[in-house]
Amino acid sequence: MNASTLRRIALALAAPTIAAVVAIAISSIVLEVSGSDSIETFKTMLENGTKLESMIDTLNRATPLYLAAVAAAIGFRMNLFNIGVEGQYILAGFAAAVVGSKVGLPGPLHVAVIIFTAMFVGAAWSGLAGLLKVTRGVNEVISTIMLNFIAVGALVAGLLPRFIDDPTAANQGTPQIAESGWLPNLNGFVEIFTREITKGRHLTGVFVLAIVIGIIYHVIINRSRFGFDVRASGMNPTAARAGGVPPKRMVLIAMIAGGAVAGLVGMPEILSDNHSYDQGFIQGLGFAGIAVALLGRNTAPGMAIAAILFGFLDSSAAILQVSSLASSEIVVIMQATILLVAVVVYEVVNRIKQRDEVRRAAQMAQAAA
Amino acid sequence: MTAAIELVGITKRFPGVIANDNVNLRVELGEIHAICGENGAGKSTLMKILYGMQRADEGTMSIHGEEIHFSSPTDAIAAGIGMVHQHFMLAEQMTVLDNVILGSEPTKFGGRIDFEEAEKHIREVGEAYGLKVDPNDLVETLEVGERQRVEIIKVLYRGAKILILDEPTAVLVPQEVEELFRNLRELQASGATIIFIDHKLQEVLEISDRITVIRRGKTVTTVDADSVTASDLAELMVGSELPSPETGDSTVTDEVALSVTNLTVLDDDRRPAVDNVSLQVRRGEVLGIAGIEGNGQTELIDAIIGTAHISTGIIKLADEDITKAPVRHRRESGLGYVPQDRHQEGLLLDAALWENAALGHQTVAPFSHGFWLDRTGARGRTEEIRTDFDVRTPSVEVTARGLSGGNQQKLIIGREMAASPTVLIAAHPTRGIDVGAQADVWNQIREARSLGLATLLISADLDELIGLSDTIVVMFHGRLVATLDPAEVNPRTLGSYMTGAASQAEHADQVGGEAQ
Repeated sequence: MNASTLRRIALALAAPTIAAVVAIAISSIVLEVSGSDSIETFKTMLENGTKLESMIDTLNRATPLYLAAVAAAIGFRMNLFNIGVEGQYILAGFAAAVVGSKVGLPGPLHVAVIIFTAMFVGAAWSGLAGLLKVTRGVNEVISTIMLNFIAVGALVAGLLPRFIDDPTAANQGTPQIAESGWLPNLNGFVEIFTREITKGRHLTGVFVLAIVIGIIYHVIINRSRFGFDVRASGMNPTAARAGGVPPKRMVLIAMIAGGAVAGLVGMPEILSDNHSYDQGFIQGLGFAGIAVALLGRNTAPGMAIAAILFGFLDSSAAILQVSSLASSEIVVIMQATILLVAVVVYEVVNRIKQRDEVRRAAQMAQAAA
Repeated sequence: MTAAIELVGITKRFPGVIANDNVNLRVELGEIHAICGENGAGKSTLMKILYGMQRADEGTMSIHGEEIHFSSPTDAIAAGIGMVHQHFMLAEQMTVLDNVILGSEPTKFGGRIDFEEAEKHIREVGEAYGLKVDPNDLVETLEVGERQRVEIIKVLYRGAKILILDEPTAVLVPQEVEELFRNLRELQASGATIIFIDHKLQEVLEISDRITVIRRGKTVTTVDADSVTASDLAELMVGSELPSPETGDSTVTDEVALSVTNLTVLDDDRRPAVDNVSLQVRRGEVLGIAGIEGNGQTELIDAIIGTAHISTGIIKLADEDITKAPVRHRRESGLGYVPQDRHQEGLLLDAALWENAALGHQTVAPFSHGFWLDRTGARGRTEEIRTDFDVRTPSVEVTARGLSGGNQQKLIIGREMAASPTVLIAAHPTRGIDVGAQADVWNQIREARSLGLATLLISADLDELIGLSDTIVVMFHGRLVATLDPAEVNPRTLGSYMTGAASQAEHADQVGGEAQ
């Protein structure tokens, strides 16, 4: 192994390592300033996080985050800022819950109908923004933000009362989906390798779906012609266009594909937890997903690590509150710090890499001449 | 008398290219001095050095006889140098006043902006130099010429005594050019020194006192504007020595590979950029298009490639009408393309070389196989290109950014040639690359021509046009104004057609591959 290979490996490892060290340092300062014992806090987080039940919790939180990240990343890969994952998944979750409660079908088919509905609604809602961009030149950032408001504030808020199961209930929601439309949890599978999972924790079956989506995303982006067109459009739209990539069609397909994946974000809730859409339906995953996509550099493995990290931090919030070591908001500060530091460090490392490459190619050219 | 600006031995290197090679420039106090040269000759690098945006590797710079070193444009502004950029840097929703004072606002007590003082100052500047603009107008309501005046006031407001104007006429219509020239003369009369960068020869001759010509990074000479003609300048810009006409016999056949009929393309302002152009390129023929930049060549290329909206006309590839076909279909049908700006249109700078080699050919073997990318095939083909076209790189995995300009260009030529196109659109194929790489590229085009390739060559380098073309047509103001035989033409006559001094306009509509 020669020096330049070593240097490249060191550079690749440097970014995440430096980001982690700086983020921990800044978080420690915040903890100390706010009067908490930073070492004790980190220790508690780690001890708690390595318990089996906490790990299940982490994965449950990471699953929808990952799906939201992939949904956003599809657009990001071609410089298309789909900020609408939030509205897409909430509308899709609502529609899927309504359809799921209305139909009665045998097991796998029932689940398939729910998933299909969610993907279809997400894709249609996102496709609307794509259509606006292609036909009227509307910037997708603006249209997706507007569509978020329309989806959550108008459509779901307006339609939910029509489908309410029990008007007297404190938390009003759609009727519960019949058991044939539930996705089995993965506890049985996990327990083969570990001990019995206690405290009523269940690893959502959607976890498998997220892995499958991640693999499909990775393969399509890196190995297919379509993925090449997506990456080319993202890196240099003018060159891509001259190279025969149809810009409008790419925008439409990317928005629709992103929306379809966004539709899956609410599935753990619908298929595994509540089996209905109610007023407590989880919100904010769309925006958290954007952060995860950013941290994971829009790559499938990167986003997986980022989603698990964010999931772990989210699940630590509860234990911090209970142990009264630190305020649970410290977790949000940590997430933000990691993101910020990572973005800066990646950029710095990237520049060093580029300079290296230019120098190497120049040396080659000189040697040859 | 000391010069306003004196540059001695300025040299600036980029990886693989020398942008400025021992450039000397002396601008006298109070003169309008034009810097003339083709794009890629090194004018903009020189101006960036002068304005503190880049640092020279060698050489000295002095202003009013005093040696200086700029590390940023702020230093240059402090030394009384102002730059009027080609692309305006104005906030459209703000008024002229806001735009002018932006970044150097006069303040009164309490840090509030002193608008009265600012307006007074702007009116003073406007009156002193004869630049009429109402400070309270919104910039978005202004015409292009007026916006340019705002840019000029902006630098004068900051106390500039030496103005650099970077291709100021590129965006103007003729009346606005006249107005600009009137303004510049008034500025000169009030004691300003003006450096005027351009490649439109007539304009340069009209406005400037002296002209410095730059060619391939070197200063050729400085001449008095009164003592030269446009043709003299053209000769200086592109080099006077005629290359020995191509040996090898003509390989032109009767088969038409590309035909363009009555093509009109409108620009953003709905003015015809390409005006009723017809041409034919046959198998084995190189049709050269000569012309000063900005006369419709870019729009013509874009229309043929399929990225520009065609107003009227028909484009045919062999017998197939491709007027409405998408870019991808055109590329798959055998249309190769070497773009004029490789960074903007030709490369994915942050992608590996093998991915760059696939760009434009990603739908066909060996780059893909149905839905899937064929990474092994693509790498294999890229290795072939690397060997056959002498692309100097450590491996095909490095990013395109790592290569020098010449090697990037060889990669582009290689990827287009390796796809065995039937028609090649080559726009300035040797711009900004070193002499060795240039000769390689020429040989590649000659070889492909002998195998039946039809080439449309757009170039500003007359050596290149005369040496490679079977026929040369001249484009001026969006029209084809002359068809010439490269064996008989010389840069002087070519120059007079390019500048519009001479024309065969009556034949303009029928000019085609056949020499008349």
